[in-house]
Amino acid sequence: MIKKSGKMLLALASVAVVAGCASPTKLDKPVEVEKKDVTSQTTTTQPSGDTVASTDMSSKPVVPITLDRVIYFDFDSYAVKDEFRPIVEAHARLLKGNSGAKEVAEGHTDERGGSEYNLALGQKRAEAVVQQMKVLGVGDSQLEAVSYGKERPAVDGHDEAAWAKNRRVELRSK
Amino acid sequence: MWPRRHALRALGASLALPALTPAFAQFRVEIRGVGGTQIPIALGRFRDEDRQPQSISAVVRADLERSGVFKVVDAPAPVDENGLPDYNTLRSRGADWVVGGSASRLADGRVDVRFRLWDVVKGADQGGQSEPSQPADLRLAAHHISDLVYQKVTGERGVFSTRIAYVTKGGGRFTLRIADADGAGIVPALIDNEPIISPAWSPDGSELAFVTFHDKKAKVVIRNVRTGASREVAAFRGSNSAPAFSPDGRTLAVTLSKDGGSHVYLMDRSGGNVRRVTESTGIDTEARFSPDGASLYFVSDRGGGPQIYRQAVAGGGATRVTYNGSYNISPAISPDGKWLAYINRGDGFKLMVMNLATGEAASVSDTNDDESPSFAPNGRYIIYATKAGGRDVLMVTTADGKFKSTLVESGLDIREPVWGPFGR
Repeated sequence: MIKKSGKMLLALASVAVVAGCASPTKLDKPVEVEKKDVTSQTTTTQPSGDTVASTDMSSKPVVPITLDRVIYFDFDSYAVKDEFRPIVEAHARLLKGNSGAKEVAEGHTDERGGSEYNLALGQKRAEAVVQQMKVLGVGDSQLEAVSYGKERPAVDGHDEAAWAKNRRVELRSK
Repeated sequence: MWPRRHALRALGASLALPALTPAFAQFRVEIRGVGGTQIPIALGRFRDEDRQPQSISAVVRADLERSGVFKVVDAPAPVDENGLPDYNTLRSRGADWVVGGSASRLADGRVDVRFRLWDVVKGADQGGQSEPSQPADLRLAAHHISDLVYQKVTGERGVFSTRIAYVTKGGGRFTLRIADADGAGIVPALIDNEPIISPAWSPDGSELAFVTFHDKKAKVVIRNVRTGASREVAAFRGSNSAPAFSPDGRTLAVTLSKDGGSHVYLMDRSGGNVRRVTESTGIDTEARFSPDGASLYFVSDRGGGPQIYRQAVAGGGATRVTYNGSYNISPAISPDGKWLAYINRGDGFKLMVMNLATGEAASVSDTNDDESPSFAPNGRYIIYATKAGGRDVLMVTTADGKFKSTLVESGLDIREPVWGPFGR
């Protein structure tokens, strides 16, 4: 930061001044920022440039979960259990019968563990479902495997009953 | 000084101090642990500071106490930067250092924040500084004083003027927040209904890379902190996640699933020149650059459970780094490259610190839901998310585990903390 060009320092200095005012009036002339050493050593001028921009993107409604499109997984497992084969086959049939249709397989994990490692585990579950559908003849371009990791639990709770409902892949149309 | 396995047990006493933060801070800062070698420093009110919107000495006092390094004693009489401290009285009160100063309004509306530090033992002036500041920037000016005092006394740079970024979840909203290192001055940088994870500072502190699910899948975005201008840098098919800037700021490591599986790739900071760097049939993710930029530490389950590996950025094979336990994730490398902080799953999820030269690792936490460690730029502290007393908190620990402070934001799930660089 200290070694930035003079132009950048001036830009930051003017921002610092704006930030310090009650109303955000633009000033044509950047005010000199000084940091004087009273023991007569010289220190580098370092304006704070201290604003943080704010953005609110939270306007869209949350998409509800459709339960008959959900495949559940055992702990630490990526294998699609036989009981969920009919769901996979039904979606495969739907996609094969309509080459314009597209679906996303969205992998999820339970709450335990790190967010990034869980994201990768959810991805692995989603890819396992996509792989089965491809084996059933669905075109590659009709499917995308993505993951929310542990970020979107279907059920709140901190016990095995909740975790079992959260280890899942949701199929939704794109 | 550095982690020893039984360091925590040696902590006989603990104390909880009430919040010293002003009313506008949503954080409550609680301090636990007592260092055996706290440096006694005297601090009084700064001349004219009660005429300003912010008390300078209160911020400096809270900074020094929260550092774990200092024990603040009241100065017998306030002294400004031009005064002469009463060394004899200070010595009798056990103070080794004394700080004095003033905060005077200038004709242009700014406040001239001045301070001076004296070595009481030697009876010697140790220098001072003047920093004319906008009234809104007085906290920052006070943090600069704390930084300089800390550096003069300990020989290490202070981190009081740095920032942290973290994510809160509550009321169906995810908010990427930026706050001062003391938990004050919280700004909601980005609010969304969809999750936000894995914030990562650019080395100059001007940008944050993070993962957004705004478009119903994980994409990596880089956001200019000051202007809010954002650009997607990784939005490939599948998931895009785990961004980390190289030390020179030019390269980004990310985890992509575009070729199937989750693997680590490098790209230019603009998003171009994407090349894969890890090769395995399993998961590779959470890459972090070594401070010299030559190596990547990352998590891989190529050997079964997730473990931390190191690999040269230039290519070649990966070397396993963690061996204790079946689940080790979320590497963070100290700024000097000598220490690895990470999360181990045993009975719970525990913050560990490993000496990379010896491979010895020790737990530095007394909680069981630890996540997302990040080193302060001076290497002295680690911030991480955990649960304490039934609440979601951010915990700051000295890297040796001896001294901890808790940052609480009421009623919100708080996670994914990352400590920003020097230079503010």
